[in-house]
Amino acid sequence: MLDLKLYMAQRLTALIMAPLVIGHIAVMIYAIQGGLSAAEILGRTQGSVFWFAFYGLFVLAVSVHAAIGLRVIAHEWGGLKGPALSALTWAVGLGLLIMGARAVWAVTWA
Amino acid sequence: MVAEAQNLKVSVWRGTGETGEFETFDVPSRESQTVLDVVSWIQQQADPTLTYRFACRVGMCGSCAMMVNGIPRWTCRTHVKKVSENNTLRIEPLRNMPVIKDLVADMDPFFDKWVSAEALHHPTSTRNDAITPVDATTPERQAADAGIECINCGICYAACDTVAGNPDYLGPAALQRAWTLLNDAKDGGRIAILDAVSGSGGCHNCHSMGSCTRYCPNELDPMSAIAGLKRETFRHALRRKRDA
Ligand code: FES
Repeated sequence: MLDLKLYMAQRLTALIMAPLVIGHIAVMIYAIQGGLSAAEILGRTQGSVFWFAFYGLFVLAVSVHAAIGLRVIAHEWGGLKGPALSALTWAVGLGLLIMGARAVWAVTWA
Repeated sequence: MVAEAQNLKVSVWRGTGETGEFETFDVPSRESQTVLDVVSWIQQQADPTLTYRFACRVGMCGSCAMMVNGIPRWTCRTHVKKVSENNTLRIEPLRNMPVIKDLVADMDPFFDKWVSAEALHHPTSTRNDAITPVDATTPERQAADAGIECINCGICYAACDTVAGNPDYLGPAALQRAWTLLNDAKDGGRIAILDAVSGSGGCHNCHSMGSCTRYCPNELDPMSAIAGLKRETFRHALRRKRDA
């Protein structure tokens, strides 16, 4: 159910996510403490290659990582297997990727 | 020897295949009594049709493992007074395996997984070649030695919650043997082993919950052996990519 490829994908995305999560939390605290308005935040993210890359990579890693994690839970606790399990893995991964990519696009480029 | 005043209340799983129920026996309590003594007393004194398995009675053969009050144990080396709760015992066949009859679990799936994990000897030479010297001081040999005393009792496999939730998972015993062979100078199956433990039922399914290491009666550490396999397969895959 979890072969070497999926295991590696999950470990590597965890490695990518670790600093990004810390960065994300730091930014959230900073934005709230400083009392930045939505317009001010957008002013800093719009057109920023850095924030596009930061959250773009974050969304990519989260989609892969969460899809594999939920796959394991669905199999061990829910008894899902075979094509249904693959379908769930892909649905979660692509769903998160689409939602996340839209959000990243909206705050950096759109 | 004088029987102690109190009798043991022993619930024993009776049945064939998937159906069955507990049957309760009163067994005289004795000094220095093992769980296997209790089961044998029932079979000899109360019900000769009780089916169970044992051979050596000294913790070498690995055939007497059963669930005792919910925990997998080698019954020939388990003292009743250490595991009974209010003078009661609940004895069942090993978890995570099909039941043949009463206390006898079908160990075929367990041993089939040893073969699937390539946890078998891959010879490197013939009888005409000189014997490969074994250097006991190398880290590889020490890793192999740490896991080599497995008696195939199935206790780690019965204790493993990952096996319970994921029946295709090869399990701690087979993977630990794959790990000892991977580190064995006399085994030539390196690539075959790495591939076998990297499949969909392989070592990467392990969540490191550690019940195998907690309950192994020989105090081996399959969890660390599996961690070793994860590391080694990961490294090997990265190297393969680089060399490709
Ligand atoms: S009877 Fe041989 S290990 Fe218990």
